[in-house]
Amino acid sequence: MSAPRPAFQGYRRPDGRVGVRNHLLVVPTVICSAVVAERVAASVAPIGVSLPHTAGCGQLGPDMQTTHDTLRAYCGHPNVGAVIVMALGCEQVVAQQLADEARHAGKPVHVVAIQSEGGTIRTTERATAMAKELAAALERAPREACDVSELILSVKCGGSDYTSGLASNPALGRVADRLVALGGAAVLGEIAEIMGAEHLLAARALKPETGARLLRVINRVESEAMSLGLDIRGTQPAPGNIRGGLTTIEEKSLGATHKGGERTPLTDVVGYSARITQKGLTVMDTPGLDVEAVTGMVGGGAQVVVFTTGLGTPTGNPIAPVIKITGNARTAASMADNIDLDVSGVLEHRETLDAAAARLFDEVVTVCSGRPTATERLGFREFAIYRRNPTI
Amino acid sequence: MSAVIVISPADNVATALEAVEPGCVLADAGGVIACDAIPRGHKIALRPIPAGTAVVKYGSSIGTATVDIPPGAHVHTHNVASARGRGDLVAPPAPPAPPRLAEPPDNGSGA
Repeated sequence: MSAPRPAFQGYRRPDGRVGVRNHLLVVPTVICSAVVAERVAASVAPIGVSLPHTAGCGQLGPDMQTTHDTLRAYCGHPNVGAVIVMALGCEQVVAQQLADEARHAGKPVHVVAIQSEGGTIRTTERATAMAKELAAALERAPREACDVSELILSVKCGGSDYTSGLASNPALGRVADRLVALGGAAVLGEIAEIMGAEHLLAARALKPETGARLLRVINRVESEAMSLGLDIRGTQPAPGNIRGGLTTIEEKSLGATHKGGERTPLTDVVGYSARITQKGLTVMDTPGLDVEAVTGMVGGGAQVVVFTTGLGTPTGNPIAPVIKITGNARTAASMADNIDLDVSGVLEHRETLDAAAARLFDEVVTVCSGRPTATERLGFREFAIYRRNPTI
Repeated sequence: MSAVIVISPADNVATALEAVEPGCVLADAGGVIACDAIPRGHKIALRPIPAGTAVVKYGSSIGTATVDIPPGAHVHTHNVASARGRGDLVAPPAPPAPPRLAEPPDNGSGA
């Protein structure tokens, strides 16, 4: 008799996607409405979350598009049950387009604009009343059993040290392999941290053109870094990585890429915050900066993030649970409030990698069924949109 | 716990799982004798790595030795260079960014 397929308790959405959280998202279209959006979300926390950001105006071309695409992606995300779009009124980001995305996904949505509402106090009062009503409905929504093949797992590492490549990243890679074997998907970002390990990922591409795309994206990022006339070692590896024993970006990348699995096929390479549509492993074009990378991968549709760390880092995401694991026993003890899972036994021969991966897989399923992560308990809901050009 | 770990048989470095003192004989790494202090998490050479050749970990190159590295030596930024993202080697420094705000003219005082 075969073992039952692992399932989690999630939220099935009208558009067919499945969420692991049921947030009310109060999304500011522009930095100018961010404070009001945060206040309204806070009135119904932790169901209510906001996306405070510094963009939405003063941007040209690709950056404006990235801002728009990212905010829209969050409005349609399956971890979001309802949306309030908080506009100012004169900004570049089009509030109605964000609202349309939520509406098409079958979510209740309101648009409130500070300039037409008549000031921040009236806007806050009106939006808070809406938020309370929406949050009460979201609270009553039941979870139902969902197959793990519905999951898109974002794999991420940050504050890496020598334990990341030896324990936590290979354990996470085994979870990605298992999830994909069960019909799910995984997404890996941080292009700069694939540099030096791209040959291993490209060799796993299902189609040659996918491997070629990966190499083109990596070449572009390397060229951008080199155009500054500097040694990338000023930032990659980061100073803490170097103190932790990592010497070059190649070494960091070879350890980091383990988290994308060992045998999962590379099925797609997509732009920042672009919708992930393929099973298997997708690589997303994100920077290495933790919050920008996680923001983009969740925008792409990942419902849950597993974030490995050696030195210990606290950051989360507004709408997706971020599970922190470490292979460093000292970090597990010294930053216990930030860490969800300790896999340091792998390096101390107290646990096999397969056993650590099995515990991590169970943790992912449990968190997807509603158990809060350390980032959620501590209220770490960082959000940052990738920017490549100056503010105009 | 083992003092060091060798990840791939192709590797010419091992990773110290605990700090290694000079003179320590590393049974997990073919009996190499440490000639430097190796901090926890840092790398130690298993074989002679001549200048200009690849330092290999995870079975892949992680960079190039900048000096001849003897077995037992600490292998890190002081004797390994990355081959990637070296804008400092190929491009002239970027011109200074134009001023973001109007600045007063230089009065020649050097102030």
